[in-house]
Amino acid sequence: MYAVVAGGGKVGANVARSLLRLGHEVTLVEQQRDRFERLEEEFEHQVQRGDATELHVLERAGLARPPDLVLALTGDDEDNLVIAQIAKEKYGVDKVIARVNDPRNQAHFDLLGISPTVCATSSIMALVEHEVPEHDLIHLLELRQENLEIVEVQIDRDSPSAGKRIEALDLPDGARLISVMRAGHAEIAVGHTQLEAGDQVLAILEPGKEDELRRVLLRR
Amino acid sequence: MKALIIGCGRVGSSIALQLQREGWEVTVVDENEDALTRLGDHWPGSFLVGHGMDVDLLREAGIEEADAVVASTDGDNTNIVIGQVAQKRFDIGCVVVRVLDPARADFYAERGLRTVCPTKTAIDTLTEAVRSCGIAPVQAAR
Repeated sequence: MYAVVAGGGKVGANVARSLLRLGHEVTLVEQQRDRFERLEEEFEHQVQRGDATELHVLERAGLARPPDLVLALTGDDEDNLVIAQIAKEKYGVDKVIARVNDPRNQAHFDLLGISPTVCATSSIMALVEHEVPEHDLIHLLELRQENLEIVEVQIDRDSPSAGKRIEALDLPDGARLISVMRAGHAEIAVGHTQLEAGDQVLAILEPGKEDELRRVLLRR
Repeated sequence: MKALIIGCGRVGSSIALQLQREGWEVTVVDENEDALTRLGDHWPGSFLVGHGMDVDLLREAGIEEADAVVASTDGDNTNIVIGQVAQKRFDIGCVVVRVLDPARADFYAERGLRTVCPTKTAIDTLTEAVRSCGIAPVQAAR
């Protein structure tokens, strides 16, 4: 596979190194002179110096071939957006992965159809949500294109849903229970599944329905 | 008519002042508070400090009611992103984007963004200025 990695900071350099170890062909592009010179010692001809949002720099890196994969991993979200757009729409690169530095910019990537994206801050926050017990509804997965998300809810003794069958719950439109994990064993949730205190329930729902779901399952 | 100008350097501030004189209601956004001084001592329009990619700030600056948006920061890619957000997310019909790099200006122009490339204008003007000196080349280019 041929991959072009834009941005030779910690993320870009580590990704380039990992791809090379897997035996792939890689060109890394870095704009800053001092960083480039350091990278050149390690990556030799596999690193090029230039602004990866300039077309001639991208073409020198082989964008016209086109590569199997372009990774836009600079520390600037606007640069990553433009690199991803040019790679996809001008050179027809099939797979583009972009880094989101500021999670508030995620909406711009979504708006302009850049997917998949990776945001370290969002990933860390998702883990924090998962690890910190006071959160009663944990976001596990966002299916952005489908406008759905998967969440985990912990049923406790005070929950109004404890002791009830799922078919008896007044679940909001656009929300379904997927599975129930009890004593280390998971089962698909069906109408006659009875919820118990201690159950970990997975649900799929449209974003924004969290509060309604919380109310039905936990009365909070 | 309401105009939102993002980036208040030499270019953005001059556009703001010009439109304001022509009767537009102008709001200016810049990351740097000091940029306000470029608008003179008696700027009658609004001025907000912040980044033009911040959607909350754009809303606060009234982008939803704007008739025209000008992206004139010193970053080509910042302008390109702001311009597309204004066009596609906020549905602004008149969006003008400054892009110094001619190649990127052409690429995004083909995709429906109204890009203005001062570099190209400078190249044309300077070349024309040399021609207008009336010096005939000794030999035609081959």
